[in-house]
Amino acid sequence: MSAVIVLTDIRRVFIMGDQQFEALKGVSFAVEQGEFVAIMGASGSGKSTCMNLIGCLDRPTSGSYLLDGLDVGGMDADQLAEIRNKKLGFVFQGFNLLARTPAVENVELPLVYSGIHSKERRQLALAALEQVGLAGKEFNHSSQLSGGQQQRVAIARALVNKPALILADEPTGNLDSTTTLEIMTLFTALNRQGITIVMVTHEHDVAGFARRQLTFKDGQILSDCQTGQTSQTLLKA
Amino acid sequence: MDFLQTLKIALRALRTNKMRSFLTMLGIIIGIAAVIAMMAVGSGASYVISQQIASIGSNIILVIPGSTTSGGLRTGSGGAQTLTSDDVKAIMNECPSVALASGTVRSSGQVVYGNLNWSTLIMGGTPELFEIREWPVTAGRSIEQQDVDSAGKVCLLGQTVADNLFGSSDPVGKIVRIKKIPFTVIGVLERKGQSPQGTDQDDTVFVPLRTAQRNLVRSNHTTSVGALMVQARSAELLDKAEEEINSLLKQRHRITGDKEPDFSTRNLSEILAVAEKSSQAMSLLLGAVASISLIVGGIGIMNIMLVSVTERTREIGIRMAIGARKNDILLQFMTEAVLLTILGGLIGIALGAAGATIVSKMLSWPTLISIQSITVAFFFSGAIGIFFGFYPAKKAAGLNPIDALRYE
Ligand SMILES: Nc1ncnc2c1ncn2[C@@H]1O[C@H](COP(=O)(O)OP(=O)(O)O)[C@@H](O)[C@H]1O
Ligand SMILES: [Mg+2]
Repeated sequence: MSAVIVLTDIRRVFIMGDQQFEALKGVSFAVEQGEFVAIMGASGSGKSTCMNLIGCLDRPTSGSYLLDGLDVGGMDADQLAEIRNKKLGFVFQGFNLLARTPAVENVELPLVYSGIHSKERRQLALAALEQVGLAGKEFNHSSQLSGGQQQRVAIARALVNKPALILADEPTGNLDSTTTLEIMTLFTALNRQGITIVMVTHEHDVAGFARRQLTFKDGQILSDCQTGQTSQTLLKA
Repeated sequence: MDFLQTLKIALRALRTNKMRSFLTMLGIIIGIAAVIAMMAVGSGASYVISQQIASIGSNIILVIPGSTTSGGLRTGSGGAQTLTSDDVKAIMNECPSVALASGTVRSSGQVVYGNLNWSTLIMGGTPELFEIREWPVTAGRSIEQQDVDSAGKVCLLGQTVADNLFGSSDPVGKIVRIKKIPFTVIGVLERKGQSPQGTDQDDTVFVPLRTAQRNLVRSNHTTSVGALMVQARSAELLDKAEEEINSLLKQRHRITGDKEPDFSTRNLSEILAVAEKSSQAMSLLLGAVASISLIVGGIGIMNIMLVSVTERTREIGIRMAIGARKNDILLQFMTEAVLLTILGGLIGIALGAAGATIVSKMLSWPTLISIQSITVAFFFSGAIGIFFGFYPAKKAAGLNPIDALRYE
């Protein structure tokens, strides 16, 4: 097994005027390929800050980050954009789909930026939508889809470029319990197919779908335990 | 990212805010329409002037008598009677670069036919005059050498005079009275239209030079002429002809050293070229005024694009998170701005052309819509989009992905 993520002594200091706030105070952990990790912790403990760093949307103040063996620290904005495009897939709490745009075009978006031609793009996007169980809804706009369906579109979008890693920051935060279950089932299935997933959540039920739980407290890792899929058994029952 | 996709995204963004897109375009539409219409009117005017220049005849040099000083009083330029029919002959014979020359005298007076009368310009000239001015008759015959030699009481009518005295009937062979002297009408000249100075060239009666010298102008020498019209053999020989005339006349009039000559020469084509230039300058000025509204329109585009960037900060964040590079975002907003201005430009071109056509129909003012002005307007509108779209697009591309994603 090779490490997809290696974080070493990551610090992130926010400077607001003359005030400083250290949101991450030396975080180190590694995620192996094929893992399903849940990041837990109280609100304000630095979970999202850490996810943004992992997702190359933000840069650490200090510390090193190897993504899929590449040192991300020295890369410029365009190189990071390419990393986000090719190696990462994002799923956000608020879905973050483009309004007034059909589902299939939302899913095509990462392919647009990786320069894949329209025909192939359409095929891949339709396949991804089918994979998340949205066949038949390809041309609906987000306003015509339920929250769960919108999140499925977002997951299809995260999947479509066959990333090494899917990052999900509270993906079920805006969803009811039934839909949450559907989405988590989907994540579990994707993980079974070998996709590495790192997910932030503050719900224990949701975290139970992961096989490893990292708990943050005040910008540091409080605990890191392999749990197995506790919720998975619940699901089967 | 392929261009087609960029175009599609830009079109969708414009469609989303149809009314706003239209209002933003309006500035460009008005600006381009104004530029097109102004240029059309301006080049229409230039065209008219160049037609008028052609109507004078080509390669023409005017020789006019200079002022004389008599008893301390100087008459104005052209007031002296220093040029004679002999000078004309000498110029014809001795200046190799000169093709034709004609002396003229001018006077004004009443022309009467029956109970109708018309006050007009009366010109005396030789047959060469009509050759130089490329001015044929439409009825009857022109003035011939024999009419000049015999000082015959015959005349040629300009169209305006013919219309006013004879209406639709044929004037040829009729007797009119010019300054109370009866003349036989031998022909009617073709219509020439306005001169570059704006006078009606057809409001003239022509009589043989000698007839005019003897009967129509009061003068001490019956061979003196008012002005000479000379045609050079070619455009290239114009300057040479002018020199030859100058030195010949100086010699004939015994003007040596720094004595002021008693005549002056004017190259008509040059004068008219100046008139053409000034009309071009005029249309350029009109175009410049119109392009101010284009700049105002461009600022409108910039304003709306800035608003649009702010409104769509989150969208920009999403695109960046998914892998859009700075240039992808830059290009997307630039495309949107250029699309706005080019669409506006196309509508403006259509409106401007329609406006110019209406103006030319209603005011019977000639307009000329050139392919050139349309091309310039089209590319200019695109350039405005690039220029004024760049700053907002740069701003969008410079956003930090995480800040853009978080933007509420
Ligand atoms: N851009 C920022 N500027 C200043 N402070 C920030 C910024 N982002 C996060 N923080 C602060 O860092 C801390 C951790 O935030 P976050 O990672 O979002 O917490 P959570 O674990 O709830 O996701 C919070 O106290 C938050 O106020
Ligand atoms: Mg958070």
